[in-house]
Amino acid sequence: MSAVLDNLPIYVTGLAWTLLLTLIAGSVSLLAGTLLAAARISPVPLLRAGGALYVHVLRNTPITIVFFFAAFVLPQLGISLSYFTFAVIALSLYYTAFFCEAVRAGINAVSPGQAEAARAIGLGFGQTLCHVILPQALRSVVPPLINVLIALIKSTAVASAFGVAELLSNAEALANAESNAVLWVLGATCLFYLLLTVPAGLLASYLEAKLVFNS
Amino acid sequence: MQFAVEGAPAPATAGRDPLIVLAGVNKFYGSHHVLRDVDLSIERGEVVVLIGPSGSGKSTLCRTINRLESIQSGRITIDRQALPEEGAELARLRSEVGMVFQSFNLFAHMTLLQNVTLGPIKVRGLRRADAEEKAMALLERVGVGGHAHKLPSQISGGQQQRAAIARALAMEPKAMLFDEPTSALDPEMINEVLDVMRGLADSGMTMIVVTHEMGFARSAAHRVVFMDQGSILEDAPPAAFFENPRCERARDFLSKIITH
Repeated sequence: MSAVLDNLPIYVTGLAWTLLLTLIAGSVSLLAGTLLAAARISPVPLLRAGGALYVHVLRNTPITIVFFFAAFVLPQLGISLSYFTFAVIALSLYYTAFFCEAVRAGINAVSPGQAEAARAIGLGFGQTLCHVILPQALRSVVPPLINVLIALIKSTAVASAFGVAELLSNAEALANAESNAVLWVLGATCLFYLLLTVPAGLLASYLEAKLVFNS
Repeated sequence: MQFAVEGAPAPATAGRDPLIVLAGVNKFYGSHHVLRDVDLSIERGEVVVLIGPSGSGKSTLCRTINRLESIQSGRITIDRQALPEEGAELARLRSEVGMVFQSFNLFAHMTLLQNVTLGPIKVRGLRRADAEEKAMALLERVGVGGHAHKLPSQISGGQQQRAAIARALAMEPKAMLFDEPTSALDPEMINEVLDVMRGLADSGMTMIVVTHEMGFARSAAHRVVFMDQGSILEDAPPAAFFENPRCERARDFLSKIITH
């Protein structure tokens, strides 16, 4: 117990890095995923095919391998960045595919008549998407979007293996130092992850209630 | 120069200047031939009612006019301009033809006012205040001004359809297409929508109406076009069509619906 309480600052620092990873990678991949979903339903065959290829490749690759690519292949191509940035890149690349599919499910749930009505008043593809389809699509997929976000939060732990001082890697260091209290140290680590994931779940319920517009 | 005569009126309509012309239009869904060599021209201010059994192609014909359905051959012109394939030019031309759907298709996440102002603001570039003033006048005109700040799900089907008509009118279209506008409505709400459509017809709007409301066809239409199996079989003024249909298929169709 004291192993945890005496080292709270280490946990808090780790938590802060995890939170930062989540916020940056989450924002980037939600935005990129939405754009990718737009590409997958666009009238341009090349965009549709490219979008599908991206999703299939990234979704079916273990995330650790995506991290290896970001951390070891990019430097070989002459791109030298911090491990934190590589972790952001890896998480963003990977979760873009998942956000894309969640958003696309929402788009498919919007009645085709909505897009027809938008086209009939002269809106183009992008305008129809931004003003009519996406606002309705995103509301209907709040729970799956939050699922992806929670998965992303937990995947930040992979960054510990690549030298990012986030929550898990700080906890590992702590477990080595306090080897007689490993159970406490790891138990507390789980609790700290819950500090991020439980509010994400609550946010989902709040948004769902707030955004419902259908009778 | 072969192209120099493209825009000139065809000999058959010489002296007149029809707003909408369909010439030799064919459409297939796979191997199913849904529109067969359709020729139809509609004058400015004319109200044309399309009737026929379900599956006759009348809704498809209506939807090809603003290219919600593509066609495989033939030509469709609106105000002498051919319908473009895709892109910004098509969007512009679409905005000049209003469309009213069977299932209303009001934007579900927007109030009636937002529904009516979206096109004028985003497509026509009107300022919000101007667009809202115009939208309120239109919503008042169709009798739903009091519901301007409600969502579509909070009002009746008849009110939704009238708001949908206001949304189409807000673009100041040259013509209006109605694709079975009352088919999804409860019986007591049909007349409130038909009354708005009659008013619109009286104001001189060019209208193409797909409907099963024979009363509306008799009283408001200038011409009735009867379709079956993708072809236009009869094209006559309503009195002539209802009193004395020339083709057997139309007589059969009318005998079935009039007895109800």
